[in-house]
Amino acid sequence: MDKAHVLDKPSERELNTDFELRSLDSSQPAEAWKVEKTWSLLKYGFAGMVFGVILVKSEVISWFRIQEMFRLQSFHMYGVLGSAVLVGILSVWMIRILHLRSASGESIRFRPRPFHRGQIYGGLLFGFGWALTGACPGPLFAQIGAGFTVVILTLISAIGGTWAYGRMKDKLPH
Amino acid sequence: MGNRRFGVSSALRHICAAVIPSGIPYFRYSWKKEAWNLFFVTGIGVGAFLAALFISNPDPVQMNPKLIAELQGYGIKDFAGLMPNDLFSWSALLSLRGLLFIVGGGFLVGFGTRYAGGCTSGHSIMGLSTLQWPSLVATICFMAGGFLVANLVVPYIIRL
Repeated sequence: MDKAHVLDKPSERELNTDFELRSLDSSQPAEAWKVEKTWSLLKYGFAGMVFGVILVKSEVISWFRIQEMFRLQSFHMYGVLGSAVLVGILSVWMIRILHLRSASGESIRFRPRPFHRGQIYGGLLFGFGWALTGACPGPLFAQIGAGFTVVILTLISAIGGTWAYGRMKDKLPH
Repeated sequence: MGNRRFGVSSALRHICAAVIPSGIPYFRYSWKKEAWNLFFVTGIGVGAFLAALFISNPDPVQMNPKLIAELQGYGIKDFAGLMPNDLFSWSALLSLRGLLFIVGGGFLVGFGTRYAGGCTSGHSIMGLSTLQWPSLVATICFMAGGFLVANLVVPYIIRL
């Protein structure tokens, strides 16, 4: 049994400020979170591949496109992101109306996200980094895959930044 | 697909949780339960590799001529690929500007996304799709930060 499982008891969990980690929500029944088998995780790898192809072909991993976006010199990025959000809104609406279920038959729930000040401070800091690297985290992996091997260092540095946040989390305003 | 909370930047947290042993509470959780995310980001890399290999666009990005003119003014010469080789290559790493773009930018991306609790995929796409106002706040801050640095700081750093 590894150390992490000790935190599975909701009472011992810290506040989950991370919207992307569903398994950390204390409202989540623990038994729903069995570790998936490797073969069943491969479907996520396949979805990632499709996403990776789209990131390259839509040029959103391009540093040039990001500079254009932040200089209001092109509609390109706004078009890509805007249509992604539109498709997202429509899909979520359809999932709700039609009560669609996940591939394994679970009902799909959307949980509200509480506001905290980190969304402002962290958001600004990420914006600074986005303008410099021309990449948010997804495109970092895509840039590496597309052959810009030096971005491996950007990724390592981003992992370092994540670690630094984890280290200082309690001292930062949220 | 699997009722997961979509977002790419949390992969960085899982990597920390998995490979850097420490007693930091933020990284003490069962990262294996979120392993799907690591499969997803690996997939992104593979997909990008295949796209670049087989179906890449041989022409340069059709960018705004004003941007080209501006960047040429800073000494950027190579507009052929998706990324400027003058800034993002192993040889550029030896310069101060390359270091700031590659390493400094990466650090801010990692730190900022975790502090904000999500990135472009988690907040801007998923959060806005589910009509959550905190995600709108985060997205506005992403954009504000980007506008600020792209217009006021990038021109300065490129000339270093």
